[in-house]
Amino acid sequence: MDIKVKETKGQIAAILESYHHDKKWLISILQDIQGQHHYLPREALVEVSEGLKIPLSQVYSVATFFKAFSLKPRGEHTVTCCMGTACHVRGAVKVLEKLERDLGVNRGDTTANGKYTLETVNCVGACALGPIVIVDGEHSGQMTTDKVKPLLEKYS
Amino acid sequence: MISVRVANKLDSAAALEDLRKSILARRDPNKTCVTVCNSTGCHTLGGEKVAEAFRQEMARHNLDVKVDMRVTGCHGFCERGPIVVIKPQNIFYTRVTAKDVPDIVSETLRNGKPVERLLYQDPSTGERIVHEGDVPFYKKQKRLIFGNNGNINPNIIEDYVTVGGYSALGKALAMSPDDIISEVKKSGLRGRGGAGFPTGLKWESTRRAHGDIKYVICNCDEGDPGAFMDRSLMEGNPQSVLEGMIIGAYAIGAHEGYIYIRNEYPLAVRNASIAIQQAEEFGLLGKDILGSGFDFTVEISRGGGAFVCGESTALMASLEGEVGEPKAKYVHTSERGLWDRPTNLNNVETWANVPLIINNGADWYSRMGTAGSKGTKLFALVGKINNTGLVEVPMGITLREIIYDIGGGILGGKKFKAVQTGGPSGGCIPESQLDLPVDFDELVKAGSMMGSGAMIIMDEDNCMVDIAKYFISFLEEESCGKCVPCREGIKRMREVLTDITEGRGTEGDIELLEHLSLVMRDASLCALGSTAPNPVASTIRYFRDEYEAHIKDKRCPAGVCKGLIHYYILDKCPGCGLCVKACPQQAITFVAKKQPVILDQSKCIQCGACFDACRLSSIKVE
Repeated sequence: MDIKVKETKGQIAAILESYHHDKKWLISILQDIQGQHHYLPREALVEVSEGLKIPLSQVYSVATFFKAFSLKPRGEHTVTCCMGTACHVRGAVKVLEKLERDLGVNRGDTTANGKYTLETVNCVGACALGPIVIVDGEHSGQMTTDKVKPLLEKYS
Repeated sequence: MISVRVANKLDSAAALEDLRKSILARRDPNKTCVTVCNSTGCHTLGGEKVAEAFRQEMARHNLDVKVDMRVTGCHGFCERGPIVVIKPQNIFYTRVTAKDVPDIVSETLRNGKPVERLLYQDPSTGERIVHEGDVPFYKKQKRLIFGNNGNINPNIIEDYVTVGGYSALGKALAMSPDDIISEVKKSGLRGRGGAGFPTGLKWESTRRAHGDIKYVICNCDEGDPGAFMDRSLMEGNPQSVLEGMIIGAYAIGAHEGYIYIRNEYPLAVRNASIAIQQAEEFGLLGKDILGSGFDFTVEISRGGGAFVCGESTALMASLEGEVGEPKAKYVHTSERGLWDRPTNLNNVETWANVPLIINNGADWYSRMGTAGSKGTKLFALVGKINNTGLVEVPMGITLREIIYDIGGGILGGKKFKAVQTGGPSGGCIPESQLDLPVDFDELVKAGSMMGSGAMIIMDEDNCMVDIAKYFISFLEEESCGKCVPCREGIKRMREVLTDITEGRGTEGDIELLEHLSLVMRDASLCALGSTAPNPVASTIRYFRDEYEAHIKDKRCPAGVCKGLIHYYILDKCPGCGLCVKACPQQAITFVAKKQPVILDQSKCIQCGACFDACRLSSIKVE
């Protein structure tokens, strides 16, 4: 077993322990794992299934049902375009399409060089600033298509 | 400010009153206090930087002892954030940046004078307004639930106690559970999560249900895009929600509670956790609350970002660690809910209403509002509106008053087209219905619903078919897929709407959508499916001509639907070349300076990049 896998095992055991191996906290446990790894690695899901004594299929059904979880590794930077109604009526679609063109990926995907993951979110509740794009947790408001390129350049 | 911890847990309502008196005695009401809003909206705009600048600047002027500083929750006027209010004078500053802080410190804190340029300017009169309450945005509001957000630090329980916090709990624990329930029933409080079910009745049936173990749940999943009332309340005044839950749990006979919060609301999760911990330290949660013998604990569960989990049975499944799929409600959750035990679920705002009712009485509460809808309601006023923000209004106020008097009218002087209420389950209301009072039943009659309180304003540039497609696409992703009418009905609707917006609409499409709406309404398992047709049905009802223009004339009157629009260069174009650079298709050719550029329609993909790049309004869309 290489060091990285061992380390992951230790972290997941600690997370399971903090929830007393109680299966009612499955979603919170997956959130904590994703918080550490930015996605849900298969080995982690296997360990959760063993630790909580529930079928792996049940862990997968929850991991694939909720939007918050990703089974694929994420890029170095996460670019999130808000698609809430307030952003939509102020032109979020045009901004998202520009992001897709500039990054060369569709929503939900990661660029080939592993640099950016493009995501959408249903609403971040900062509607006064719409349309909003969030890069690594930093909000940029009142976005238009011509502001996309300078924004991405900041993270290149 | 130093938080004062009680040495022992409060063991009676009298001990709580003593604590309140002692905190108030230590605090000088005339002492100047700088309050800085640091809710998610203001934080995004730099609220934390403003707070830090105040800390440094006040220390530099040796004012940190003479002046208090408090980081508070949401004031509601998000459009003008970050908001700073200087108390006790209530001098109201908007759009404050860290650079403005030295002026506020030297002018206002040292000399007591307002800094003119930071005061709100009334757009109609040009007059500068000094006090928060005089700003038109606040004048017609009634901020009972939201009012304390600006007065307290949500992470300091003593702040909540000084504004009368937990006095309702003290009073309730001296009442019998039946008396509490009858008071809540008499108040006319209806569930603020959307459906408007009478709260007292729900409590009563959970109390009467058989079983020793019962649960109460606070729904803070708030999945409606454009809604952020529950988040702001949970961030800004979590103790008021907890107090409501404890009173409800006592009345129902529950000893365990859960707060289900969206994981996308990290600040709400944090503030709610701190609030629970502090309430436990004070003996307001846990064993033998205020010496009454009543035990109650609350835990937080973070949602996984599924819209359907706002539905009570789906939320409970998710709390059990399962996939968030709704169940058929042959048996009510008040009898068999979480882990098949009697469960009472209310929304954040509903819980926060409870202390008000207990403190002031049902008669006081039921005097506000209309015959069928009592009290106040929080709304998130967003979209094409001048004053984006959170508003709290008495039930019965008209939509027109909210949009024009509080919201300040439509952005950029454009023409109002519709207001969408109720989120993806609601509908669009046109100009002709603007004098409708805000009331659970009236909004349903108009083809929409109260919903949790998102209110999205649309103007002449918004296409109503596109809006219907937006909500249906949203719901297509969010439908859990368990029942056929919802899963397949929404999918078919999205296909038909996509055809219409891309120029492939045919005669009979509108009738097909109407037919699908009826089937979904009657046959879906839960409210997600049965209300999903609302955005479609309401836009057909009020904006049928727009659908017909798309289908018959292959034209999008608002200039939104990509397959039906073209961009044109106007003769006034001076050939600056900005659009040439912006175009990803090389469809625009530069001719010469002072000559309009040329757009090749065969290459254009209608992405709108040229339109956004143009600084001189020389491009039009049709």
